[in-house]
Amino acid sequence: MNSDNIPFPNFSADPCSSFYQYLTSQRPELLPMARWGTLLPQQGLADAPLTSRHLPWPHGTTVLAFTYQNGVLISGDRRATEGFQIAANRMEKVFQTDDYSAMAIAGAAGPCVEMAKLFRIELEHYEKLDGQPLTCEGKANRLGHMVKANFPMVLQGLVVIPLFVGYDHKRETGRLFKYDITGGRYEDTEFHAVGSGGKDARLTLKEHYRKNLPEGEAVRVALRALLNAADEDVGTGGPDLVRRIFPTVKLVDRQGVRDVEEPQLAAVCEALMNQQQET
Amino acid sequence: MALPYYVSPEQMMQDRAEYAKKGIAKGRSIIAMEYSEGVLFVADNPSVSLFKISEIYDSIAFSGAGRYSEFENLRKAGIQHADVKGMMYSREDVTARSLANGYSQILGTLFSQEMKPYEVELLLAQVGETPERNELYRISFDGSIVDERKFTAIGGRSEAILTLLRKETPETCPSLKEALTLCQHAFERGADPRSSLEGLEVALLDRTRKGRKFRRVPTPEASQILA
Repeated sequence: MNSDNIPFPNFSADPCSSFYQYLTSQRPELLPMARWGTLLPQQGLADAPLTSRHLPWPHGTTVLAFTYQNGVLISGDRRATEGFQIAANRMEKVFQTDDYSAMAIAGAAGPCVEMAKLFRIELEHYEKLDGQPLTCEGKANRLGHMVKANFPMVLQGLVVIPLFVGYDHKRETGRLFKYDITGGRYEDTEFHAVGSGGKDARLTLKEHYRKNLPEGEAVRVALRALLNAADEDVGTGGPDLVRRIFPTVKLVDRQGVRDVEEPQLAAVCEALMNQQQET
Repeated sequence: MALPYYVSPEQMMQDRAEYAKKGIAKGRSIIAMEYSEGVLFVADNPSVSLFKISEIYDSIAFSGAGRYSEFENLRKAGIQHADVKGMMYSREDVTARSLANGYSQILGTLFSQEMKPYEVELLLAQVGETPERNELYRISFDGSIVDERKFTAIGGRSEAILTLLRKETPETCPSLKEALTLCQHAFERGADPRSSLEGLEVALLDRTRKGRKFRRVPTPEASQILA
């Protein structure tokens, strides 16, 4: 009997546990880049990329993350800009993606929010199909794939740069991952910040970050970094005590993801601003 | 040339139904029961890693009896459908009713058009914001749907279990402890007298949870509930 006739079991052809892969193969029209990356050349708009870079899509942002005593902290400002206009001052840039992970994003607002939403579904989808959640490392790799797949959109000027944090139950530590536009994934054991004010936030973090900061001190350092970034960068919004708009701060530890409540944020912000006044 | 035998459509359907029923009868049973704070699922399942009850979406759970590979395929298809729908519209737009319809279509088509019908019976439940808005659906191998109230059962000994439950379930909505006791007794007396808590897979659609309502209940916790 000819062995060619025997169908060889092929696991890779099975329905994959990845939602992103499922959309790519079954419903490509629902993928974010369907609009820009692949559809543009067909419509004769292939020359659009260079000009589109100057179009006023909402951009941000300062988002940062660092490890602290119990896990990892992730935080971001709330401003979105369109050119010289402020597009939104209550935008949410830090997202809980499952029980033990969160991400923050910098770049073009629409694609950013869409990627966060898709990534959340991706993690949940895997957990439901497979019966258990992905490991922290697995989640970080999946996000890397999605950033890589976004590359055609980067060429159109729609950059999405995420920060990913998660609690790793096996190692019993919080972990922090940063990405470049090509999907390159780099783990950082200390801190990182991205966005238009990312450099300013990093400078503050460099000075004030210590290993194993206690929770209260960690929140203080995060807000100080965002405050300094807002001072230097037009794309970053500082805390607004009048309208009660404060940066988002999420803590990811053994118990899961939780928000730092507004009263605490307000108190810390006020104290930091008073300190600035005095100097 | 050999002539194909003539088989009347009635005969063909009857044969297929018998074949499917035989396959399902071999499978173990699963009960879904409404309790005061949601929907309780209990499956006769000795395995601790291969689950029969699973989450489909925020407030929807799925369970299958019969041939594993077949209801596993249906489960995956349901999750894919729900996640795509939730992404295209909104999370609240994913409903058990539309999923049940989808399953009914698939099973009905397979039953009438394929040589071998699926040997599965499905149970789909959605927990509502109030007990009146809970939904329980039982979908058979031929695609017929039954919309149930209070409780339902599928799998091998479902008839015996249902008869017992009809007699014993109170008029008012039971608490979690009462519901779990009822289900355990039904398994003991209706299906397997040697059945113990260790051999049962327990899961909840818990209305009081935020976001995703589905939760597995490990054996130690189940015995604590019963205590």
